[in-house]
Amino acid sequence: MHRIAQAISALPDNPALSARIVVNGVIGICDPLGGLYLPDLDILVVSDLHLEKGSAFARRGMMLPPYDTLATLRILDAVISRHNPKTVISLGDNFHDRVGSALMPDLFRSMIETMARGREWIWINGNHDPDGTTALPGASMDELTHSGLIFRHEPALNASTGEIAGHLHPSATVRRREKYMRRACFATDGRRLIMPAFGVTTGGLDLRHQAMRGLFDHQSLVAHMLGRDRIYSVRFANLLG
Amino acid sequence: MLLPAPFLRWFADKGWHPRAHQLELLSRVQGGENMLLIAPTGAGKTLAGFLPSLVSLTERGKIPPGSAFTGIHTLYISPLKALAVDIERNLMKPVGDMGLPVRIENRTGDTPAAKRQRQKLNPPDILLTTPEQVALLLANGEAERFFKDLKYVVLDELHSLVTSKRGHLLSLGLARLRQLAPGMQAIGLSATVADPMDLQRWLAPQRAGENNHAGLITVTGGARPEISIMRTDERVPWAGHSAAYAIGDIYKAIGETKTTLLFVNTRSQAERVFQELWTINDDNLPIALHHGSLDVGQRRKVEAAMSENKLRAVVATSTLDLGIDWGDVDMVIHVGAPKGASRLAQRIGRANHRMDEPSRAILVPANRFEVMECQAALDANYIGAQDTPPVGKGALDVLAQHVLGMACAAPFDPLALYAEITSAAPYATLTWDTFERIVDFVATGGYALRAYERYTKIRKTPEGFWRVSNPMIAQQYRLNVGTIIESPMLNVRMVKHNARGSLGRGGMALGKVEEYFIEMLSPGDTFLFSGKVLRFEGIRESECLVSQGYKLDPKVPSYNGGKFPLSTYLAQQVRKMLADPSRHATLPEQVRDWLSLQKDLSMLPKEDELLIETFPRGSRHYMVIYAFEGRLAHQTLGMLLTRRLDRAGLKPLGFVATDYSLAIWALEDLGEAFTSRRPQLADLFDEDMLGDDLEAWLNESFLLKRTFRNCAVIAGLIDQRHPGKEKSGRQVTVSADLIYDVLRSHEPDHILLEATRNDASTGLLEIERLGDMLSRIKGHITHRPLDRISPLAVPVMLEIGKEAVNGDAQDFLLAEAADELFADVMATASP
Repeated sequence: MHRIAQAISALPDNPALSARIVVNGVIGICDPLGGLYLPDLDILVVSDLHLEKGSAFARRGMMLPPYDTLATLRILDAVISRHNPKTVISLGDNFHDRVGSALMPDLFRSMIETMARGREWIWINGNHDPDGTTALPGASMDELTHSGLIFRHEPALNASTGEIAGHLHPSATVRRREKYMRRACFATDGRRLIMPAFGVTTGGLDLRHQAMRGLFDHQSLVAHMLGRDRIYSVRFANLLG
Repeated sequence: MLLPAPFLRWFADKGWHPRAHQLELLSRVQGGENMLLIAPTGAGKTLAGFLPSLVSLTERGKIPPGSAFTGIHTLYISPLKALAVDIERNLMKPVGDMGLPVRIENRTGDTPAAKRQRQKLNPPDILLTTPEQVALLLANGEAERFFKDLKYVVLDELHSLVTSKRGHLLSLGLARLRQLAPGMQAIGLSATVADPMDLQRWLAPQRAGENNHAGLITVTGGARPEISIMRTDERVPWAGHSAAYAIGDIYKAIGETKTTLLFVNTRSQAERVFQELWTINDDNLPIALHHGSLDVGQRRKVEAAMSENKLRAVVATSTLDLGIDWGDVDMVIHVGAPKGASRLAQRIGRANHRMDEPSRAILVPANRFEVMECQAALDANYIGAQDTPPVGKGALDVLAQHVLGMACAAPFDPLALYAEITSAAPYATLTWDTFERIVDFVATGGYALRAYERYTKIRKTPEGFWRVSNPMIAQQYRLNVGTIIESPMLNVRMVKHNARGSLGRGGMALGKVEEYFIEMLSPGDTFLFSGKVLRFEGIRESECLVSQGYKLDPKVPSYNGGKFPLSTYLAQQVRKMLADPSRHATLPEQVRDWLSLQKDLSMLPKEDELLIETFPRGSRHYMVIYAFEGRLAHQTLGMLLTRRLDRAGLKPLGFVATDYSLAIWALEDLGEAFTSRRPQLADLFDEDMLGDDLEAWLNESFLLKRTFRNCAVIAGLIDQRHPGKEKSGRQVTVSADLIYDVLRSHEPDHILLEATRNDASTGLLEIERLGDMLSRIKGHITHRPLDRISPLAVPVMLEIGKEAVNGDAQDFLLAEAADELFADVMATASP
């Protein structure tokens, strides 16, 4: 909800309280709307948009609201307007299933076209949408290497440093006065970064979950959690555990 | 004579006489009426309910082999599986003794598939079942054939069924049964209720210009129960719910009686009390534990041991509230205040099933306010007051589920289905427009953006009938039928470390716990479950693995289940008692002293007066509001008042609610502000807070999200279980919270959000109750500014910090956590 509301009120000249990080020597800005901006490369990274998730469920008999794509794209539009990047990289699971981009209503297609105008746009393929996109601007590929960074959907278990991935939808929990707060987060130990899921109807997976095992150096792992209008940065050791 | 010969002989052999109400019920049912029988426990209610069908079946005689298919004759519906099984046992006995030509079978979720199939091909005369099974049978293509010969529907424990969504679903099922078997008659059996006419109407079809309610037979009497409040030499605590102080006294009372039923209000309370009893169980008395989360096998064992009189005590939650026969219970101990006078009466009825002998019960208040509440409930039970909730309007999510079920049975004509649905009392006022919106919702989700026409679940035939689009839809319906929504649960399984120090496999299943609770645990944490201290080892697939724990101070599962709010009636009684010092004499000395101290240091509010105390404490200013309207209404009031105080610039920081009072704290001096009439208390408490403020807050409220999840699952928007994935049932397939956010921001007047708001305002938020209170206290608000906390304020102040936070406060705490506690990593503003 916070992000939906923020996206509506967000102004390009009203910078949110972000967190500055460094991954393999490259500076990144974690935006509370869920995008990562790399100022030196002028690249905006988002991950796990899961567009057309509602209609994917509707095809299986669960009539989820048909507004998830619209809501996600509005937030994307807000974060693009804020940073005005030269390049946008969407890190996979761009669509919730293989047919999503082909069956997407024209209204949403033209929103993407407008956002992509004057920019380079790269769709990294994910496990939900391994075949690339249909009739959309930009190039589709499995991974991309650039300036010491490697962009791919699924984090590789023994990846070299500089990997920026998605797929796991990381979230983190803090405990405070016997109360628990759980939020999506950017997770990085300075060597690699896992992006929060950007889609409005995507859930989260706790950083302590076994699927996250072996990915980070826990000594230097920090969760940059998405708050109402700012990022909250908490060391792994201080997360619930 | 009404009764056939075998019945007369049976009564004579037993040396019994049929009771007057049993004969009256029989004759009025034979006269064609739908009937409601209200009687206390032990009055022979069950036999009365079945007499009409047993007599009718005896007169009909056995159906000769080779006859045409005959559907079921009588349908018995109970809210509990266990009750259906129990009744079968109890009914078989007289039927066997009399040699009646009657076949009786039960059908529940536990009935094997082969038996269910056989029941469809060769139905018994009397089928004992639950509301969910009725819905499933009705959504089947064979429903017409199965029910065409139905004569009677016997509805047991009707009082507990009708007020819930299960009752709404059942009322729609009953309307359908009347279509399939037009001569069918309904017989309702109920404990005493506040307004019998509600139930009488529920039992009869609602049609214009007809006598639209069932006949009523009320059996009064029964011996007056002997209830007392546990007297103790221990110190009664200010706050809390554990009643740990009284464990020694409770144990003593168990030792002095043959069999004791110990009722508590929540599952965590049950675990706690059980644990503490065993800590001091030097005589090794057989004391068992029974609550809804425990493994079914374990529960059945406890029930069997109980009926064989092998136990001295069972610690139980509401799973045992209803009419299961419990052998010779001679005492009920109720730990914690009963929260409602009717609930107390029903629980006490568990002791001693013979109507002419008095039941014995001891109430054990957990804190000082509860002492007063227990005393009030005790007085109420003696004068027979009843505070059962009203039946209420039928929920829309339930209606959506029913509409899909009817399409699964056979293509339906919308006009005919509308007429049928509005003949059910809870839906009598349903408009055609709302009905159409629900049908549209079932078909494509009912969105203004018509994106899903091609995926529609039900579609219109050329004749204008609605039919299911494909067989998968019917399968989906069957998997998700019902109105009882559970939080995602994990099985708890005991494992041992093997020699190599890794975890073994396949130990004993202990039951289920909520997934969210387990997510909070780290390996090595301990918690109390199934009467044991368990050590959390990890999660494997959908199981929570645990080992024997040895820590003495476990984390207790924070179950949400089973918390009842204080009833309006009982709240009024507590206010009366507080206002009338002459009644304080009946209270224990400690409570008396507490009240008289309050009178000296502050004041005791009059019955219709709203007392508000303000005082500083630490760096904050507090206001405590003694509204006595129950925790839920107080939470709502807290949310709304905080908004208003915020607007008045008083910087409220938080609030906490109990059943009796509400405390709000702020940075600014609240006492000073009210004294100088900035703002006026009368304005602060004006009824208009239930207008825009309520609307604005509701939309942000986490309570609404929780309600939405239930509505979305019941209405079939979100499957609990999806075909082919039945077993993974760990999570609802998609987050309802996220769906809610998206829907609310794009289509705020969607019908499911309307259903959610309806539900929340009657259930979780108790808006109506709050409205009644605000109008009652108009002109009766008394502000008492104090220098320090008052005696009456202590209990609510002790709750601060124990309550969960949500919404806005979460971000506040997040900020605190990130900024203060974890200052090692600083957030920086982007360039």
